[in-house]
Amino acid sequence: MHLAYPAVLAVLLFSVGVYGVLARRNVILVLMSVELMLNAVNLNLVAFDVWLRDTLHAGQALTLFTITIAAAEIGLGLAIVLLVYRTRRTAAVDEVTALGDRHEADGQGADDQGADDHEAADAAKEQAAA
Amino acid sequence: MSTLLAAAGPLEPAARSYLSPTGQEVVFLLVGVLVLGAAVVSVTTRRLVHAALWLVVALGGLAVEFLLLTAEFVAWVQVLVYLGSVIVLVLFGLMLTRAPIGRSPDADSGNRPAALAVGLASAATLVTLVVDAFRSSWIDLSGAAGTTRVTGEYLFSHWVLPFEALSVLLLAALIGAIVLSRTQGGRARPRAGKLRTAPTKPKER
Repeated sequence: MHLAYPAVLAVLLFSVGVYGVLARRNVILVLMSVELMLNAVNLNLVAFDVWLRDTLHAGQALTLFTITIAAAEIGLGLAIVLLVYRTRRTAAVDEVTALGDRHEADGQGADDQGADDHEAADAAKEQAAA
Repeated sequence: MSTLLAAAGPLEPAARSYLSPTGQEVVFLLVGVLVLGAAVVSVTTRRLVHAALWLVVALGGLAVEFLLLTAEFVAWVQVLVYLGSVIVLVLFGLMLTRAPIGRSPDADSGNRPAALAVGLASAATLVTLVVDAFRSSWIDLSGAAGTTRVTGEYLFSHWVLPFEALSVLLLAALIGAIVLSRTQGGRARPRAGKLRTAPTKPKER
């Protein structure tokens, strides 16, 4: 088999994954695009392992390791996404713009002001920074 | 590098040509088109659950590509781990974050044209590079390079230490996921942080 077939397919899959990571708004869709990129790398590893006829089979061993790490990554990533969703009520990457959790003492008795308050405070902070 | 290239098998350009693809190449090409189409639909569709299901098609097609490249064990691990657990996790994540079942208009963010430009630029650059670099390279698919027996032998003779380290990593990831997703007293408790921009308490579920 010509080596260009798997190599070109891996490159195109990787580019599709790059597009997905940059264009998607939902965190879980971003994670799915990351999986596509990891799979493109896996295809490269397998193809080059078969091409080089490596006695250690480094390519296939690394593919297995990558698959395992990807599984661990998506498990931890989804746990973090669920935590963010529970505290912020959103799974959109462009709405989570600040690091850290809210201070508990700040929030007493201000339950129902919600997202407008948040955005106004963000805008005020940006103006102060500028 | 030259010894590596010499070990990669003799080049016989006379017997091999783009114009007479073998059966394996034809199947690889067809499955590759399917994989690529499913991946493109998966990153562009506006229905979130459909995106996850198209990802199943893409990853399953990749398992077929691994089989065509004689990596049997990797192909079955791909089916078991990706189709069996990762997609299920993604679907559960979509459900738990209350993703809409139907068409969601805000699935794509505002920087979609920039993302398209970056994706197309990287695709063009890398395809040019890869085709130019591997124009005269051929994979010799004879012989079983990836059966379960061979995989077990090299994995447990040369790669034991990374394998064990990986099991520790999996354990750490398991514990980390449990700690992260635990709730104390039935509700998510935000921990004290430096964030002062949002003087509101997160609403109770």
